[in-house]
Amino acid sequence: MKRWYKAGRTALILAVAALLMAGCSGALDPQGERAKEQYFLIVLSFAIMALVMIVVFALFFIAIIRFRKRKGDTGYPEQVAGNHKLEIIWTVIPFTLILILAIFTVTYTFKHDEVIAADEAVNVQVTAHQFWWEFNYADYGIRTAQDLVLPENSWVNVDLTSADVIHSFWIPQLTGKTDTNPGLTKTVAFKTGDHGVYQGKCAELCGEGHALMDFKVVVLTEDEFNAWVASMQEPAPAPTTPAAVAGEEVFGNYCISCHAVTSDKMSLGPNLKGFADRETVGGFRENNDTWLREWIIDPQEVKPGATMPAFGDALTEEELNNLIEYIRTLK
Amino acid sequence: MAHAHTVSAAPRKGFWAVLKDWLTTVDHKKIAILYLLGGTIFFAVGGIEALLIRYQLMFPEFDAIPAQTFNELITMHGTTMIFFVAMPLVFAFMNAVLPLQIGARDVAFPFVNALGFWLFFLGGLLLNISWLFQSVPDAGWTAYVPLSGPDYGSFGVNFYVMGLQISGIGSLIGAINFIVTVVTMRAPGMTFMRMPLFVWTSFITSALILFAFPAITVGLVLLMFDRLFGANFFDVTQGGNVVLWQHLFWIFGHPEVYILILPAFGIISEVVSTFSSKRLFGYSSMVFATVLIGFLGFMVWAHHMFTTGMGGIANALFAVATMLIAIPTGIKVFNWIFTLWGGKIRFTAANLFAAGFIPTFVMGGVTGVMLAVAPANFQFHDSYFVVAHFHYVIVGGIVMALFAGCFYWWPKMFGRLLDEKLGKWTFWTFYPGFHLTFFIQHFLGLQGMPRRVFTYLDGQGWNTGNLVSTIGSFLMAVGVIIFLVNVFKTAAKPAGAPQDPWDGRTLEWTIPSPVPEYNFKQLPVVRGLDAWWVEKSEGRKEMTPAEPLGPIHMPSPTILPLLMSIALFIAAFGFMYANQPFDNGFIRFLFEKYVIAIAGLVMFFGCMIARSLKDDPGYHIHPEELEGEGVHQ
Amino acid sequence: MSDVHAHAHGAHAHDGPLPPYPERATLDGRNKILGFWMFLAGETVLFGSLFATFLALKDSVMSGPSGQELFSLPLVALATFILLTSSLTSVFAVQAMHRHDKKGILVWLGVTVLLGLGFLILEIYEFVHYVHLGHGFTTSAFSSAFYTLVGFHGAHVVFGIVWISLIIGQVASKGLTVVTAPKVYVTSLYWHFVDLVWVFIFTVVYLMGKLG
Repeated sequence: MKRWYKAGRTALILAVAALLMAGCSGALDPQGERAKEQYFLIVLSFAIMALVMIVVFALFFIAIIRFRKRKGDTGYPEQVAGNHKLEIIWTVIPFTLILILAIFTVTYTFKHDEVIAADEAVNVQVTAHQFWWEFNYADYGIRTAQDLVLPENSWVNVDLTSADVIHSFWIPQLTGKTDTNPGLTKTVAFKTGDHGVYQGKCAELCGEGHALMDFKVVVLTEDEFNAWVASMQEPAPAPTTPAAVAGEEVFGNYCISCHAVTSDKMSLGPNLKGFADRETVGGFRENNDTWLREWIIDPQEVKPGATMPAFGDALTEEELNNLIEYIRTLK
Repeated sequence: MAHAHTVSAAPRKGFWAVLKDWLTTVDHKKIAILYLLGGTIFFAVGGIEALLIRYQLMFPEFDAIPAQTFNELITMHGTTMIFFVAMPLVFAFMNAVLPLQIGARDVAFPFVNALGFWLFFLGGLLLNISWLFQSVPDAGWTAYVPLSGPDYGSFGVNFYVMGLQISGIGSLIGAINFIVTVVTMRAPGMTFMRMPLFVWTSFITSALILFAFPAITVGLVLLMFDRLFGANFFDVTQGGNVVLWQHLFWIFGHPEVYILILPAFGIISEVVSTFSSKRLFGYSSMVFATVLIGFLGFMVWAHHMFTTGMGGIANALFAVATMLIAIPTGIKVFNWIFTLWGGKIRFTAANLFAAGFIPTFVMGGVTGVMLAVAPANFQFHDSYFVVAHFHYVIVGGIVMALFAGCFYWWPKMFGRLLDEKLGKWTFWTFYPGFHLTFFIQHFLGLQGMPRRVFTYLDGQGWNTGNLVSTIGSFLMAVGVIIFLVNVFKTAAKPAGAPQDPWDGRTLEWTIPSPVPEYNFKQLPVVRGLDAWWVEKSEGRKEMTPAEPLGPIHMPSPTILPLLMSIALFIAAFGFMYANQPFDNGFIRFLFEKYVIAIAGLVMFFGCMIARSLKDDPGYHIHPEELEGEGVHQ
Repeated sequence: MSDVHAHAHGAHAHDGPLPPYPERATLDGRNKILGFWMFLAGETVLFGSLFATFLALKDSVMSGPSGQELFSLPLVALATFILLTSSLTSVFAVQAMHRHDKKGILVWLGVTVLLGLGFLILEIYEFVHYVHLGHGFTTSAFSSAFYTLVGFHGAHVVFGIVWISLIIGQVASKGLTVVTAPKVYVTSLYWHFVDLVWVFIFTVVYLMGKLG
């Protein structure tokens, strides 16, 4: 009996410690309305299940502690075939609990499948690629990538699709995930929270770079968002310093075939208009010159599986510096 | 050509004779041991893969294992564990125990049974040989298209497609064998409602296999056609549909997890009942619940696809259907607890594992209900929450039950008892190690950690959780090693286990340990549920025979099942490598013109024809050869 | 329950007069029949999945010809008639077996095989014709699904023809016994199943495809 008690106590300590270590983040720290409702469902289902677990565990531990065979105990216990009353109780009560949960589930299932009227939301067309995220705002004529810029506390419709394999669009603090399927488009809606930067993740195995296919959701105030839209619609100011001008030429020789620098053009790779203001390099590294340099020299070293070719051998040190200086003008 | 066959005190055989015996056996008891051995070998492989996965995830941005290799490891770990560890170990016990528990001398189709084993083994070999070819499947055990397809997939996926098709046929025919065995070969007096629960769960499981495996076979065939022959099932540029794969996969995939867990439920029912010295509480509702779980298991597949965008109606229907399965499952849990309740519980190693199963499986089950809430699933799906859930039910459920089954039935299979002390050490390392590994993963998932990621960035709050999880995995490995030590130590002991070491209730404990070739000298009369217990409670020392002593007919051993499996193995290679640019012109010719592939198929069908044309008369074991004691005229 | 006795697996042909329903006279025979019904259940799911795949992809014609353009109902009707008749003749073979009429079994199984070959020839001709019209295996998702579904059925016909031929040989040389009888019965079950699948193919693929 002592052993069981010790085991149970250890387990409890571990559980509590784990809980404390976990902290609250991601889905457990919802900031957008959809995520908040999903959090409610998580807590509700957990509470109901916790109730079940308490009853089951209590019965179980009592049974295995109280009915152990004692030393010298001979003879056999009563061979009980069953108990109709009990069997009915433990069918009806679980059924009732499931019914309660089902009602909430069905309600929110339909609710979370609703999309918002196009004129009452920000509409973004999301195309997932191996291993980066393309965001187009057809309403504004803007094409961008990796940072999903949105106004705060607003509804957003995302039309989700993929250019290659199945990926999945997930912003834990704002909304649950939806898969991006090639050949199909699914529209889902979610509401942003207060201004801030939220983490986005790819949530479907898509190849080598899956683990690092992050994106950022940059939620701005209404005014900031409008300013962003306006500045995206204009081309970046022309480079002024000699290094940047030289860098623009390097860009023209090596990069322009895949990367557009004005937000109205399509390109094979991420549109780089506004790159200088983005949160990350490659979707997950801090946007500074060190990482930018590493990325251009050898993208696969930074992000395994990246489909951008390596330019470390093609560019001289001077060309690389100029290029970076130019890229820093892409505001 | 029937010939007399010596059963008792056979002279010691040489190595080649023993090898031939095992390669040609159609004896369900030997096949059980083969499944046990095969499953254990693959368990070691899958376990090492798991340890490597956890090792890489021990620290953020750890560079022990590159991304590509990591994706191969998770794919192989999942595929191997589900198809080549859990399933064969379940089949091992079904083979070892089911015929004995129904009082039968054999299964309905001994040849088919053997073929099922060899197909499984060669299929598993084909999958795992990919490591040697350094061309390993890497699209996850679920192999979603287009990642697994010809445009984006690696060559390694071919090993997956071929290996699983071959072993899938084996599972299917094995299931047919058990269904017919249960229907037609029960001893006199054993009605359906007098069958031990392990037989019931095996029976329902076999029905699930029969209806589920053809769906994945079709899926794999379609994927194979896309990859090897230019078909367009999953090519969106040619009108294909990527979600179709998911439907076909999960229509199989969900029943598959019930295929794994139902036999485990059966084992738990047997072990808990025996070691409480009480009959199973609520037998009829246990049977009913098993049937209901099996049936409902086919109605819920799309709960793996909530995030694919099927729409509100589909998601709602599948969510509710999934939750309903909790009810019969809960019925079973309560019935086990109330079997223990009022009993005189002996905590042998077997019962430790069975008891440990109950709370652990319940935890896995409740996270399953949480996952069924479709909108919440949008947060849980493809995160470590799901990884935690299924490891709780598969490891905390099935593996625990398999350990229990090992300790319980080892004497019957091998004539030796596993060491109880080492067994307890196994439990007290494996069980806490398991919880340490997987409990924290629930929270990692909720904090936003996706699954199938080869690394994670620092500063997201996931470091400690991953470290703890890895430490737990090494503790589990220690437990497994202790178990293997136990197995070897036990093998070195002389045989001599008692016929009924646990004071059992069912028919397998009425015959010697290990079981003689013919199982029952005379088939027994069954007078009620827990047939042996019924006799014992009336003071009898043995079963009443249902027939006089007479010659016993046995099926002949045959090499054909092994040959047929090798044939498909060869054909698979022939198809996989058809378009490979070999340097050697002759080899290129052999593959390009499908010579190898066709040779394999010809060999396979040739064996089938040989089997059809030559009827097996079998051989007889005569009464004079059976031991003198306990013979009734 | 005569099978508690020793002759559980395989019976001996020298047991005297052939019992009525010889295919069911032994445990082994009964097991084979039940086992085969189980196998057919699995095959039903197999073909069901292929049908589901076809239905999902039948409109993805891409640049190839559609079903409406391709299918010739008269040809398909002829093939259907042939196959349905062959199912009838296999029934005659089983009836002959129940009359213990060895010659009757051989004749009717022979006719079944010939009709099966006729069906096969028509189907091969049909496929070759389609390929010439630009409907190949790799043309589109529709074409891949078509050839896989109908082709799998055709492969089952081929297998059945070979199998029944082998059984004809065995009955001819070993005679009708309690060992060969279940084989005749089981092949007949198989052939009926193949025919039933064809009825669904005819309806879902050809009729629905032609009528749009």
